[in-house]
Amino acid sequence: MTAAVLFENVSRHFGAVRAVDAVDLAVAEGEFFAMLGPSGSGKTTCLRLMAGFEQPTHGHIEIFGETAEGVPPYRRNVNTVFQDYALFPHLSILDNVAYGLMVKGVVREERRKAAEDALAMVKLPGYGARRPGQLSGGQRQRVALARALVNKPKVLLLDEPLGALDLKLREQMQEELKTLQKSLGITFVFVTHDQGEALSMADRIAVFNDGKIQQLGTPEDVYKRPKTRFVADFVGSSNILQPEFVTQLGAGQQLASLRPEAIGLNSKKEGQLAVSGVVLSRSFLGASNRVTVNVGGTKLHVMSPASSPVPEEGSNVTLSFAPADLHLMETTP
Amino acid sequence: MRSDRSTSAPPGLKIAAAGGLLFLHLPIMLIFLYAFTTEEKSYQFPPPGLTLQWFAVTWNRPDVWEALSLSVRVASIATAIALVLGTLCAAAVSQTRFFGRETISLLVILPIALPGIITGIALRSAFSMADIPFSIWTIVLGHATFCVVVVYNNAVARFRRVSGSLVEASMDLGANGLQTFRHVILPNISTALLAGGMLAFALSFDEVIVTTFTGGQQSTLPIWMLQELIRPRQRPVTNVVAMVVVLVTFLPILAAYYLTRDGDQIAGSGK
Amino acid sequence: MSAITGEQAILIEKPGLAGRISDFFWKHPHVFLAVMLAPPLLWLGIIYLGSLLALLLQSFFSIDDYSGLVNYEFTLSTYGQLLNEANLDIIIRTVSMAAIVTLFSALIAFPIAYYAARYARGKWKAIFYLGVMLPLWSSYLVKIYAWKLILAKEGILTWFLAKLNLLWLLDAWLSIPVIGGNSLSVSYTGTFIVFVYVWMPFMILPIQASLERVPANLIEASSDLGSTPQQTFRHVLFPLALPGIVAGSIFTFSLTLGDYIIPQIIGSSRLFIGQAVYAQQGTAGNIPLAAAFTVVPIVIMGLYLWMARKMGAFDAL
Repeated sequence: MTAAVLFENVSRHFGAVRAVDAVDLAVAEGEFFAMLGPSGSGKTTCLRLMAGFEQPTHGHIEIFGETAEGVPPYRRNVNTVFQDYALFPHLSILDNVAYGLMVKGVVREERRKAAEDALAMVKLPGYGARRPGQLSGGQRQRVALARALVNKPKVLLLDEPLGALDLKLREQMQEELKTLQKSLGITFVFVTHDQGEALSMADRIAVFNDGKIQQLGTPEDVYKRPKTRFVADFVGSSNILQPEFVTQLGAGQQLASLRPEAIGLNSKKEGQLAVSGVVLSRSFLGASNRVTVNVGGTKLHVMSPASSPVPEEGSNVTLSFAPADLHLMETTP
Repeated sequence: MRSDRSTSAPPGLKIAAAGGLLFLHLPIMLIFLYAFTTEEKSYQFPPPGLTLQWFAVTWNRPDVWEALSLSVRVASIATAIALVLGTLCAAAVSQTRFFGRETISLLVILPIALPGIITGIALRSAFSMADIPFSIWTIVLGHATFCVVVVYNNAVARFRRVSGSLVEASMDLGANGLQTFRHVILPNISTALLAGGMLAFALSFDEVIVTTFTGGQQSTLPIWMLQELIRPRQRPVTNVVAMVVVLVTFLPILAAYYLTRDGDQIAGSGK
Repeated sequence: MSAITGEQAILIEKPGLAGRISDFFWKHPHVFLAVMLAPPLLWLGIIYLGSLLALLLQSFFSIDDYSGLVNYEFTLSTYGQLLNEANLDIIIRTVSMAAIVTLFSALIAFPIAYYAARYARGKWKAIFYLGVMLPLWSSYLVKIYAWKLILAKEGILTWFLAKLNLLWLLDAWLSIPVIGGNSLSVSYTGTFIVFVYVWMPFMILPIQASLERVPANLIEASSDLGSTPQQTFRHVLFPLALPGIVAGSIFTFSLTLGDYIIPQIIGSSRLFIGQAVYAQQGTAGNIPLAAAFTVVPIVIMGLYLWMARKMGAFDAL
């Protein structure tokens, strides 16, 4: 099967800055693909390379098997939901949504009908006569989505689409986007710096840092088996264990990560590894408690459910975890 | 702790600000009074009587009409040229990051930053060197040169807001460069251009210094007025023309103000 | 849902000239930039800068005393002539006038700008803005004419002072040498008032713009730290407003330097630079000297703009 988007050794340099540095990736058709990373990591530049706003300095890009470099954005059947939505302030909502069809020469009646259907799909029926300035942030986000989807793109690009929304709305939109993607079957490529968002929505995640992909895999892969220290740190929080410490556990001289929620407090089970230490501090986080334990000079964070008892500061505790949860990583970087 | 914003202004400041504004406006209001005076020979105050007869006299003066007509033609053509040149320049400067944009801004501003007499005499000597006879076109050439900056200043700010994601959104939705210009850029900058055009028109309509050097035998309305100021023929007619000129220049200024104000609101709400 | 099926990922090139032009410019953005910049740069470069350079070139020629024709040989003698006593006198007079006009313009403009920036809100803000814009854009000649009406011997000022029994004050002022004269409309004082009146509005908006950029909490911080209002003004507000004042002064200074109409209509018979240029190129027919005279404001304004740029005044324009 041809990939929806294929990058072969793609680089984009801005002067001396390598915004995207020799990236290979293949987005499968019908996939919900997330590009995750801190700002300046190259994920947005990758998205802009797919949309056609940037051209690669080196390398080759294909969209559904067709060469994309040198093709202007307006000749790509790819649409974008912009971070600031970029709704046209001088047009009504309906005209905004119908814009893509208008410039393609679809007749008036037909494009109005299509635009109204698209608005209904994003749960904004009857909003067509309003202006972008009269809508809330969440509503504008939906209009931006309808404006892109009405063109039936082969790939939909979303640039931090939920970044400007508040928490409640964001969670609701995550659900809706996922449902919409499943029902339409369109390939979604999604840029975010929010690891929770990427984990909950994506089929696969590419974690970016310094213009390179650090790891590419399913959310479970990336979370449970981070390849590098950067991924372990950036995706969720992690205890990074130095090689010397790992050796003491009998697991070879390598850097390892251990998720705080994988550690049990005073509850060692059969076949688990165990270390003992002294509680340094604890804080209540609502659904859980975070306990910091000093194990022979190494600080370990433990996430324990709020329902289980919390040891006092200064008390001795036994920490236990399954050997499989101790994930060995490449030492550099 | 008190906030500067919530307290009212100190009385001294109020008086100074109001006094400054009165200083600006009283002399202009005086023009309105003098247009109705019955006194013909001097600038006597208060006017001995009031009359409307000078409006009729002015209406029937062909030289006033000719000067007015020339001024309107010059201002229209100069504004049209300035609109094209100023918009191109603003588009180039704001849509791309290239070295030398500061130099271009300076070049555009120079014709009004240097005294008008320099522009005037430079053009005049260039015309005489190139054997170009004076005509309405020599006037237009000078006016368009210093009108560019007004259009440029108005357009450059608006272009900055339109450029970037709106243009990208349009291209992303399948519009090529020309379609993007027609459906997105033009509607968003049109009020700024209209305002710039209005101001350019007002600037050209009122210009006298450069025109004295590039005009030859023909009189624009300001040249006509200058001649009346130096060698008065019929003072009451000058009074009436002065009042009409004030009223006529107020209109484009007010229009430009309302255009850019509304435009800012529309563009500002797009974010 | 629509006729667009979205079968291909890459759409074929749009037919027609418009599509081809768009594609060409998209692929060659530098060509596009050049096409956009060429007309304005050619216009300003050839018509404006070309004439300006041609003029400056002429200042290095001289005029033949006998024939009255221009002698096209490189010489600095015209500049020597420029520096003779009478001409130097004109230059000094003009520059001092421009400086003093700029100073007074700033003094009058500052309270208006300050009030508009810090206290005027909503409707009053608009009134202040238009209250500055309308006189600024009103006809230059009409403004001069209005002052001719005011300053004339039989005009409103004399009438007003007579009502207040203050005519002696006017007479006393007019009897002061240099700045006095027969009546205000033929004195330096009159020239000065009209210069300030006509150019002062150009000072207000830049000052207002720079004051508006001063955050309110900066002033609160200053008074919180124990400054008196006077100290806040001197150490916080004034330094921050200075770029605006300098930006405004570019206009007041430059416009006064080159003006030849105001001193011609209201003022004494002594010449300013603008009048000298006008006379040299017109009645005297001495283009080289006229050109040399224009070099003076160009050099002064060049220095001024360079200084203003160093002070960051261009941001306030």
